Amino acid sequence: MKPEEVKYTKTHEWIKIEGDIAVIGVSDHAQHQMGDIVFVDLPKIGDKKEKGKQACVVESVKSAFDIYSPVSGEVVEVNTKLSDEPALVNQSPLENGWLFKMKVSSADTSDLLDWNAYSEFANNEAH
Amino acid sequence: MQSSTLKKTALNETCRKYGGKMVDFHGWELPIQFEGITKEHNTVRNGAGIFDVSHMGQIFVTGKDAAAFLDYVNANDVKKLQNNQGCYSHLPNGRKGIVDDVINFCLNKEEGRYLVIVNATTSTKDYEWFLKNSKGFQVKIENKSDDYSMVALQGPKTISIMKKFEPAILKFGRFSVVESSFMGEKIFVSRTGYTGEDGFEVAAPHKVINQIWDKFFELGKSEELIPCGLGSRDTLRLESGYLLYGNDIDDEHTSYEANYGWVVKLKKEKFIGKDIYEKQKAEGVKIRLTGLTTQTGIPREGCKVFKDGRQIGTLQSATFSPTLKKGIGVGYFDIPDLKPGDSLEVEIRDKKVPSFVHEVPFYKGGAFGKVYIES
Repeated sequence: MKPEEVKYTKTHEWIKIEGDIAVIGVSDHAQHQMGDIVFVDLPKIGDKKEKGKQACVVESVKSAFDIYSPVSGEVVEVNTKLSDEPALVNQSPLENGWLFKMKVSSADTSDLLDWNAYSEFANNEAH
Repeated sequence: MQSSTLKKTALNETCRKYGGKMVDFHGWELPIQFEGITKEHNTVRNGAGIFDVSHMGQIFVTGKDAAAFLDYVNANDVKKLQNNQGCYSHLPNGRKGIVDDVINFCLNKEEGRYLVIVNATTSTKDYEWFLKNSKGFQVKIENKSDDYSMVALQGPKTISIMKKFEPAILKFGRFSVVESSFMGEKIFVSRTGYTGEDGFEVAAPHKVINQIWDKFFELGKSEELIPCGLGSRDTLRLESGYLLYGNDIDDEHTSYEANYGWVVKLKKEKFIGKDIYEKQKAEGVKIRLTGLTTQTGIPREGCKVFKDGRQIGTLQSATFSPTLKKGIGVGYFDIPDLKPGDSLEVEIRDKKVPSFVHEVPFYKGGAFGKVYIES
């Protein structure tokens, strides 16, 4: 998957919506900032998540990072591979390192950023 | 960022050039990592890494009574040190706590010259503590922390680098020191570190530290020497059970409570706080710094620890251990006689995670075994 094919939040999650199912992960920029990911505290299937609220936690050696849900909905699948291989988030943030899938209840995506807008936002934030 | 107000080491530009991700560490701008904490950690365990530890302090103690004075302010036996020897020690505060943890080096016993390596945040406090307690001793105490930079060369492959830099240090074992020179400047090379691996630390005047750094990279090419940051320094030291002043020990905890009773030499005639230590040794401690591992999740400093539903303490230091590949931590628990394997729970983000008491050190690197001595 190319970085242009997904939408982003200002809190550095990416989201790809197909029908009423959304796949969510962290951006390549974010995984670089976090450093070596060693643990992902995944949500539970069936959990209801609200847009903008904490959905799961990704931990590097040094710190824990909250991951916020880009839309509201119900968790329908989690990337169980991350239990054994959390480093997939570093190696392949947009593909094998996805975090969870949601059934979207309200697809208010007007505030999501496309790749160009996100790149500019992330660069500005870094400097 | 308010980086302009941070203190910078003489290696600041060099660390940036090597890709160091700079952070504020107690007022010092230092690299948290270069390529990555895990890589740096594993390289020090198996290869060779170099750290900028210029924030560490150097206090020189000289004079006729230098040995007697240091013996008085230290819990460990400094008087017995011979030339080129050193020892890790605690400075008891005379109440129920520790002023700092330090390394004392005997540079020359006959001449009464000693070097004390102290922590960055406590160097002024230690210096003032030394001055205050030096009445009646013929000593000169000089805080040269602002005049010296320091690098730590750590890992099993640093031996071959040191062979080409200052082979004299290899004639001695752990905690030894030799006085040397580099580009006409006096430097101090010791066989010490904070990683649990064999290795060396070099204290040198600021103006030659970059040349020393470059020299190590030149000599360390075939050993694939890499720069390492504070992130891996912390995971390496915690796996090794080394204490971090301010986290694991402070003015409110004793060496016995920290499970470092071995640094206290009660046979010494006198030292600050001896009466308190004698009493505590006889009565036993009520709390003890104890290690644990978590079954899942990563414990962090401040996490509450429970046994059978009752909180028994909090974690002072905790992290993910790249060697054990799980969460590790140490905390003062009010059950001082816990045994490895005992079941505990650590509260991580409102969830109680199954945990087990673990012996400390969590991992014994090369520094805990027999080290190479050149004949």
